[in-house]
This record gives sequence, C-alpha cells and structure tokens, in this order.
Amino acid sequence: MTATTAAPFSALRNAWILTQRELLHWVRQPALPIFGLLFSIMLLLMFAFLFGGAIAVPGGGDYINFLLPGMLTLTMLFGLDGTLQAMSTDAAKGITDRFRSMPIGSSAVALGRSGADMASSILNLVVLIVGGLLIGWQITSDLGSALLAVFLLLWLRFSLLWIGIFLGLIFRGPGATMAVQVLIWPVGFLSNVFVSPETMPGWLGAVAAWNPISATATATRQLFGNPTGLSGGWMVDSAIALAVAWPLVLTLVFLPLSARAYRRLKR
Amino acid sequence: MYDDGSIVPSHLSLSAVGLRKRYGDVAALDDFNLAVPAGTIHGLLGPNGAGKSTAVRAFTTLIDLDAGSASVAGYDVKAEPGLVRRSIGLVGQSPAVDEILGGRQNLVLFGRLFGLNSKAARARADELLARFDLTDAAERPVSGYSGGMRRRLDIAAGLILTPAVLFLDEPTTGLDPRGRNEVWNAIRLIAESGTTVLLTTQYLDEADQLADTISVMNAGRVISTGTPDELKKRHGADRIVVTVTDAGQLDRAAASVRSMSEPVIDPLARTVTVESPSGTAGILSVVRILDAAGIDPEDLALRRPTLDEVFLVLTAKESTR
Repeated sequence: MTATTAAPFSALRNAWILTQRELLHWVRQPALPIFGLLFSIMLLLMFAFLFGGAIAVPGGGDYINFLLPGMLTLTMLFGLDGTLQAMSTDAAKGITDRFRSMPIGSSAVALGRSGADMASSILNLVVLIVGGLLIGWQITSDLGSALLAVFLLLWLRFSLLWIGIFLGLIFRGPGATMAVQVLIWPVGFLSNVFVSPETMPGWLGAVAAWNPISATATATRQLFGNPTGLSGGWMVDSAIALAVAWPLVLTLVFLPLSARAYRRLKR
Repeated sequence: MYDDGSIVPSHLSLSAVGLRKRYGDVAALDDFNLAVPAGTIHGLLGPNGAGKSTAVRAFTTLIDLDAGSASVAGYDVKAEPGLVRRSIGLVGQSPAVDEILGGRQNLVLFGRLFGLNSKAARARADELLARFDLTDAAERPVSGYSGGMRRRLDIAAGLILTPAVLFLDEPTTGLDPRGRNEVWNAIRLIAESGTTVLLTTQYLDEADQLADTISVMNAGRVISTGTPDELKKRHGADRIVVTVTDAGQLDRAAASVRSMSEPVIDPLARTVTVESPSGTAGILSVVRILDAAGIDPEDLALRRPTLDEVFLVLTAKESTR
C-alpha cells in the first residue's frame, strides 16, 4: 500500500494541520487563551505581592526569585487541563470519531494535540517570563542555562500532555473534567512551587519533595540562578537529572496508556 | 438477501453478514445482515437502541466486531480499514464540526486532512459551500449556525473526497421542519451524484421520503427489508374508510361490511373502517354492499398503510416472539 510508505510524512503533515487548527482557534476566539494568560498573571501577582511578603525562603533570597521558576512549573501542570478539555470536547462533539473514520492515523491526532498544546505552553511561558522580569525577577545565570531551564519546563509539559490525552480518552463527560480540574490544585500546591518543603511538617514535606513538579521547579531555580529554598541533599544535587527523569517516566507510562485507550475506543 | 458470506457481489456498496457486537449484557448487533446496491439510498429504520448506530460504527471502522464480516465499497472493514476510510464519509449523530472555526475553515481543515493540498482544499470547500447553500455564512463561526446549517456543513465535511458511501446517522434528529427539509434536499442531491447513502432514522416519513430501500431493525437485527411500498404491502393492509351522514347509520353500515373484515367504528368522526386485501376492488364491493343496504355515504376513502403502521406491526411481532 502506498499509504504505509508515506505514513511518517503524512502523520507529521496531519499533525501540523491539526496544530494549525488550534492556532486558528486563538485567532477566532482569543478570549480563551487571553483569559488563561490573565489567570497565570493574576496568580503570579497574588503570590508575589499578596502572600510573598509573609513567605520567607529558607536559606535566604528574594521570594520573587524563588517564586518565578515555581510559577512557570505550575503553569506547565495547569496546561494539563487544556489538553483534557480539548480532548473531551472533540470526543463529545463526535470530532474524535470523525478523525477515526478518516484516513489519518492515531499518531497524527496525538502529535497534533501535542503540537497545539506545546505552542500554547510556549506562549504562556513567554508571557510569564516577561511578566516576571517586569516585576523584578532576576535571571542570574547565563543564557544557555536559562534555555535549558525552559527546555526542562517544556519537557515536563510534554509528559503531562500524555496524562491529559489519557484522561481525556478514558473519562467522558463534563463531570470527569471538573474532577481533574479540582484535583490538579492539590497536586500543584503539594510541591515546592510556592513554599519550601522544609517549612512543612515532615511527612507533608516528603510528599511535596517527591512531587515530580518539585523536581522541575528545583532544577529550573538552579538553572536560572535563583534560590532553591532547600538546604541540600541528593534531591538538590541531582535536581536536573530528576527533572529529566520524572517526565521521562510519566511519558513512558502514559504514552502507551494513551495509545491503548485510543485503540480501546474500538470496543 | 445474500446468505452466502464468502462472496461480496461487486455491485454491492455495503454488505454485512452475521455481524455481532455485545456491550456487556446487551447484544447491540445480533446476526445483523445487510446488502445495499451501489448508488442507492438505504434507510435503516428502528426504535432507539435497535442497533442502528452500532451498525454504522461497524461499517465505518469505529468498532471491532465480535463476529461476522462487513465490507464497504468492496473493502473488508477488518482487513482493509485504511481503504474503507478512504471510501467513506461519516456524518454522526451530533454535528462533528469545529464550533470555533468558520464553515470554510472547517471544510479546508478536513479537506487537508483527507490529503488535499491547501489550494485544492480551498477550492473543494468553496464548491461544497455553494452546493449546500452556505457561501454567505462561510466565514462566520459555526457556533452561530442554525441546526440545519450545522448539519449541512457536517454533511459537506463528509463529502470532501466524494465518497463511495456516505453514512448518515440520524441526520435530522433535533432539527425543526425547515432544517429537516434542508437536510433532505441535501441528501437527495448526494444520491443524484452516485454516492451510496446509508441513512439511519427513527422517523418513518424520512425513510419513506428518501430511501430507495428500507431495512427495519429491532434488537440488533434486520427484521424486514424492501422498498417502502413492498414493506407496506407485506406488513400492512389497505383500509377503506366510510363516512356516513348520520351517526344513526353507523351500526347498520358496520353490520353490512362485516363480511369483509371486522369493522372499526369511530362515532365522533362518523366513520366505519374495514381492512381490504386489495384496495380498489375493496372499494367497489363496499359501494355495492352499502348500496344494497340503502346507505348513501358522505365520503368513501381508500387509506394505504403508512410506514408507521408497518413499523409498529413489525416491532410488536418481534417483542412478542
């Protein structure tokens, strides 16, 4: 079949077409992404100025410098909600079925979703980084490290994408989406994003420290040359390795699960 | 019907032999058989839960079957799903179009996903928009479309590559009469171009209006197939309705025609209704009988069975089996 020889190319082409669909959404309905950005900025300002004064960073350092990398990480986590919503809207509208009845592979659909969501995450990161710099955040490292930090953030986002696709495929209906939207908060807050785990009760600090989100937050803090709020230990020493490893594990678990869930739509 | 499952006759656009599909305890398809010649509109008629959508999902490669074999445009659904997908258009129960995008953007998107280049996709989109009378609304977001417009766009999206077979799963459910008319016209247009159409519906007049042949479905299988007229002849009888001028004549009229079949009296409408195996001959005998009894009817009408009656007869038979 000619279809098989052209498959890798056509998958990429179709993925790009589906990514463009998302970009067209931004143009046609800018309110939604703008609201998302405003939400991120609001959260940033709230913690920087409202709570920030009351939060001390263990080991010293400016809270805003501690906060910003955490906020960027949290934004990657909250992006999961966007993936899930897009997936469940397409499923509910029958668009998923239309794609499945068309001569396009499941890989193209997944790649398209990932292209669209990565694009939106990059936009989010840019806005938050600029916003952060405007309110006094300082990157004290070099450009290479800063870019590596951004890469690690997007790498985390990429792994969370598969969780979003997986949940979007197995849960149907608005109830499930809402449950995930609610549960995403404790996952985000039970980390070192806003406060150092060293200020928490022991068991809670342990949970927060082991949260994959925390690994990326610590690694990006180091790479941006910002305070980590941690007094040391192997998790600090190997923060970058952990920030690579955690998303890798998540991807290795949820990418196959997503593929399986997609196949299981045939049941 | 084709009993032999091993051969798919080449003139058949759709063929299903012994399809089975269970969801838990429910047999959605239970020995489902279908044969639809190319270039015709086939109506799949049945109550909610009869398995119509499951049949469509089986033909459109959306589900795996537990048993049986199905082919679309000569390609086996299980062995050649890629070729099947290239030959079909699917219009599902809810309009599967992007609400945020405009009508043209939707068609260009789906056209490019079907492998057309941007230029060809745009040309095809404009062609389809014109054909379904959506050119004026082409740039507006679909969220502002009426139900009928949305459906027409949905159908247009299923026709991008001029499919050999178009599947329409309850395309007029939830539409107002105007929207329904718009969609009916669109479907007629499609059939004229040679595309085979499989239409599921629970509206009998819709099947009657559009379909060349109809399969009545119940509990996962086809219980009767034929043209609308054949089904009516097979499963319903003609009725002769006598309207008398004076309600006092009702009993006498009823007694006189009892020799034909058990009459049904409606005192309010002043009618006596009898079944007759052959309508026109029946009318003549009724006229003779009434004349002999000295009754001068106000009106005499021949009523052909409706598809509704056929449907009720068929599904009632099934449920008492």
